[in-house]
Amino acid sequence: MSVQELEQLFQAKVDQEIKIEPKDWMPDAYRKTLVRQISQHAHSEIVGMLPEGNWISRAPTLKRKAILLAKVQDEAGHGLYLYSAVETLGTTRNQTIEDLHSGKAKYSSIFNYPTLTWADIGAVGWLVDGAAILNQVMLCRTSYGPYARAMVRICKEESFHQRQGFDILLQLSQGTPEQKAMCQDAINRWWWPSLMMFGPKDGESTHSDQSMTWKIKRKSNDELRQQFVDMIVEQAKILHMTLPDPELKWNEARGHYDFGEIDWVEFWNVVKGNGPCNKERLQARRDAWEEGAWVREAAAAHAAKRKDRQAQQVA
Amino acid sequence: MNLRLTKYYYGDIPEEKTGGGTAASSSNTEAGWPLWEVFIRSKQGLDHKHVGSLQAADAQMAIENARDVYTRRSEGISIWVVESKHIHASNPDDAGAFYEPANDKVYRHPTFYDLPDELKHM
Repeated sequence: MSVQELEQLFQAKVDQEIKIEPKDWMPDAYRKTLVRQISQHAHSEIVGMLPEGNWISRAPTLKRKAILLAKVQDEAGHGLYLYSAVETLGTTRNQTIEDLHSGKAKYSSIFNYPTLTWADIGAVGWLVDGAAILNQVMLCRTSYGPYARAMVRICKEESFHQRQGFDILLQLSQGTPEQKAMCQDAINRWWWPSLMMFGPKDGESTHSDQSMTWKIKRKSNDELRQQFVDMIVEQAKILHMTLPDPELKWNEARGHYDFGEIDWVEFWNVVKGNGPCNKERLQARRDAWEEGAWVREAAAAHAAKRKDRQAQQVA
Repeated sequence: MNLRLTKYYYGDIPEEKTGGGTAASSSNTEAGWPLWEVFIRSKQGLDHKHVGSLQAADAQMAIENARDVYTRRSEGISIWVVESKHIHASNPDDAGAFYEPANDKVYRHPTFYDLPDELKHM
């Protein structure tokens, strides 16, 4: 069969909502797009542990500490589901991790912002996880089977993340004037970076939209961003907090909230490595990998020893 | 094929926009642990079902890792792990011919038989 015929068959399957599985034929560009996107997603889960891990030892109560630990552990699990999905596309785990450490692979820029106060942990859960969930719910229906299955599992666990974040802010919003101010300050700092999580505006590209055709993605950046704004504006009312955008107002004709322009210069700056914490985050990952080398070696040695001992017992 | 992927989605920053760190690490030189497929029985009486995969140095570590990764919310009461290299799979390209023998045997299905409505309990 010619490549053109294979591509037609492939697209016909995608159009019929038949999932593509690892051993199925797929266009090289489809594979490449998936490897890039899923590995970026995996790296985001892993790097995303750093800003939150920053507060595990300083959480205000034992309950909050236990919850935050569980959440960070979930993120590690999510990274693993996604690394496994990348592996099904024929890339090794080590190569994927190497690409993160060398700076070749990206992760979500949101994690290059610092978590300065305890309220930031609430804002990260509410806004950052809230934005991630909208994307991930969409990805539950992505055309590549292993990615879709990983997303279903992640979505099940993720809603606890957003709720615990809101719960932190809700408590602060009902607290002392200082606690209320801390809550508002965290929201002010995380609002715009959260909107940036959805990526550049749709209008920036006039080219045909391959990821949509392949059904890797099913909603555009701007659609998801609008969905997020509409959702968060209502939720913010419950907190009695404001969102730092004077242009934010209900548009009766559109049936959506209008909002101000994102600072795209800042967006590309952070993507290019010049955000507040880019270097620190990457260094923390490299250090973790290198300082963990002896653990990996010891585990391999222990496994070999155990295997020998079992062989001797059999003999 | 001449595709230009110029539209950047959430979580999909293109490589040409890269910057930041360029330091090379030496991680790729060490041999990785083998890959394991994980099967979990969610409750007594049900089959073990494939849930995903993970890397581990040996079977015991694979089971412990599987517990930490796949059963954090009481999703299972029993775990099987098997090294991925031991899984043999049918070829999806041959699926048509491979499963063809069943296609013309509709009489294997109970709905094939058109029986009187008076007939009960069958």
